[in-house]
Amino acid sequence: MSASAQEINNLINQDYKQGFVTEVAADTFPPGLNETIIRQLSKVKNEPAFMLDYRLNAFRHWQTLKAPEWAQVNIEPIDYQAISYYSAPKRKEDGPKSLDEIDPQVLDAYKKLGIPLDEQERLAGIAVDAVFDSVSVATTFKGKLKEAGVIFCPMSEALRDHPELIKQYLSSVVPISDNYFAALNSAVFTDGSFVYIPKGVRCPMELSTYFRINAANTGQFERTLIIADEGSHVSYLEGCTAPMRDENQLHAAVVELIALKDATIKYSTVQNWYPGDKDGKGGIYNFVTKRADCRGDNAKVSWTQVETGSAITWKYPSCILTGDNSVGEFYSVAVTNNCQQADTGTKMIHIGKNTRSTIVSKGISAGRAQNTYRGLVKVLKSAENARNHTQCDSLLVGDRCGAHTFPYVEVKQPTAQVEHEATTSKISEDQLFFCQQRGLSAEDAVSMIVNGFCKEVFKELPMEFAVEAQALLGLSLEGSVG
Amino acid sequence: MLSIKDLTASINDKAILKGINLEVKAGEIHAIMGPNGSGKSTLSHVLSGKSGYEVTGGSATYQGKDLLALPPEIRAREGVFLAFQYPLEIPGVSNVYLLKAALNAVRKHNGLDEVDAMDFLTLVKSKIKALDMDEKFLYRAVNEGFSGGEKKRNEILQMAILEPKLCILDETDSGLDIDALKIVADGVNSLRSPDRSFIMVTHYQRLLDYIKPDFVHVLAHGQIIKSGGPELALELEEKGYGWLEDGQVAA
Repeated sequence: MSASAQEINNLINQDYKQGFVTEVAADTFPPGLNETIIRQLSKVKNEPAFMLDYRLNAFRHWQTLKAPEWAQVNIEPIDYQAISYYSAPKRKEDGPKSLDEIDPQVLDAYKKLGIPLDEQERLAGIAVDAVFDSVSVATTFKGKLKEAGVIFCPMSEALRDHPELIKQYLSSVVPISDNYFAALNSAVFTDGSFVYIPKGVRCPMELSTYFRINAANTGQFERTLIIADEGSHVSYLEGCTAPMRDENQLHAAVVELIALKDATIKYSTVQNWYPGDKDGKGGIYNFVTKRADCRGDNAKVSWTQVETGSAITWKYPSCILTGDNSVGEFYSVAVTNNCQQADTGTKMIHIGKNTRSTIVSKGISAGRAQNTYRGLVKVLKSAENARNHTQCDSLLVGDRCGAHTFPYVEVKQPTAQVEHEATTSKISEDQLFFCQQRGLSAEDAVSMIVNGFCKEVFKELPMEFAVEAQALLGLSLEGSVG
Repeated sequence: MLSIKDLTASINDKAILKGINLEVKAGEIHAIMGPNGSGKSTLSHVLSGKSGYEVTGGSATYQGKDLLALPPEIRAREGVFLAFQYPLEIPGVSNVYLLKAALNAVRKHNGLDEVDAMDFLTLVKSKIKALDMDEKFLYRAVNEGFSGGEKKRNEILQMAILEPKLCILDETDSGLDIDALKIVADGVNSLRSPDRSFIMVTHYQRLLDYIKPDFVHVLAHGQIIKSGGPELALELEEKGYGWLEDGQVAA
């Protein structure tokens, strides 16, 4: 490898800045997974009886399943009995009523992450639900949202306070039997966010959840459910980080979105779980099922994700386009470095007439990382005039990484139009030299080139997250002039 | 401005430059001509700091500094500008963004404040007008989908914005039709000034019809084998390089 290829590699190798551990007194279950643990979990969360049945059903089904092996990743077998399925900072009987009652260490941890939970300190316009290990520790701006009729609360609270909505919608997009990790999540999920936007309401602020794994030897199994009733509109953001640890930790989440007639949901993710060290030791296994159902006519769901962390990422935020004229979008930047592996993409299932979907995927691979795009575009017989456009670009940095693309297209409707474009390119030494010869440092040059490559996705992110995404990649935002 | 002494350089242990000597004073234009494979592009690359070349001996002193010891971006910020033979494409990065980032990197290095977006646009629009270019140029991705002529004009625009002291034009005339060549030459001529020097590397005499050099040097087998005034270029045009190269071997 020549000097400047080495240089490129060094530039991409940045330290993980969120790798600290918070010392906090916690209630943690002993490792292991069985029906007793699940009963205990349901009890500690004070859940209604139907939830226990739901969990046990899921657990029994999960036991009949095998871990999937089709993804383009190398993974050591996971010992599910070695994981603790519940860990929560200790707190008073009824849970904290105000921030004063939350362990100051936990507040501090969020502050360090740049997510102050004090409403006075927050930038106005974003409500935050903070999930620390297995529980939500705070949700901001609940009062203001309530005035608009918006429900934004921890999932565990929704299970108790809104059972009718839960019964109607939970697992209506991702059934418990959907896949191995969805079944596991359904059995053991601990918290997450619940959002309900009533008919005709435009949510007055961005909603966001910040997930933090802190405890060792635990998994995080969160569950998010967002329901946008007819004609409503919501933009939701999620961020995630974890301490640096030598062992792998499992994060198996399920996210379900339901958009009814004329509703719009915009869901953005900046995923920065600990990726493991340079030799691939440690890091989070990020096995996530995310799916949206555009259940009514003219519904729209847009997924935007910036995936930079995790040892292994395995997720396919998908859209089921049930309603006529409904729209699904997927914008993704996935960065893998060192020994990271990502197998990510989307599924667009066209059922309604005139349904449209757009897929823009940007994979960046550096070090010895492997980056895979896997996508399915399925057009059912009923989906007259369905349209899809897929653009799938890969950028290689250095000569030891890999990029793979597995597009699947199934079309049963002759009027459908499906387009797929794919490119693979490399940051060339000549490009780098060109930028340096104009006075830019190699670091800024790589940033600029990578940023240019990701531009189409970054412009889909809400401003706040666009800033975080650039910072994550060590980038300065392209297009700030003119 | 620039003093090159006994410069030798190699690629993969193959000697390409075998003792270059050249003095360039402020305001002068030097044309370096020579047959393919004589080391012309290598000289441009070594002076601008491209990786992959090993300097095996000699020196290049630029404004009293050891040029060869500086990383490429510092050379650029100190005022050394290479106009590329094949300008690179950077998809998704707009021209105006690259220009502003480059200008601010140079300004910062020289202890000046960064220009803000408004001042920058005013500046860049005046330059673009002077070069008779379309403003749309600014918002296209760097060189992406540009014609050969547009790429070369873009190089001249960058030069006009960065205002370097030493401009090295690496076969700027290659791939240009006569109209494009004329436009590029006009651009270069408009940038001539008493404190700015040019080194023009070219295979053909025709560029020199439009940009008049003060000195012409013939490079062959990694050495400057003959130097003279503009009339030397005409002689080369007439006789080719053969007679000089033969002379070199005999000597």
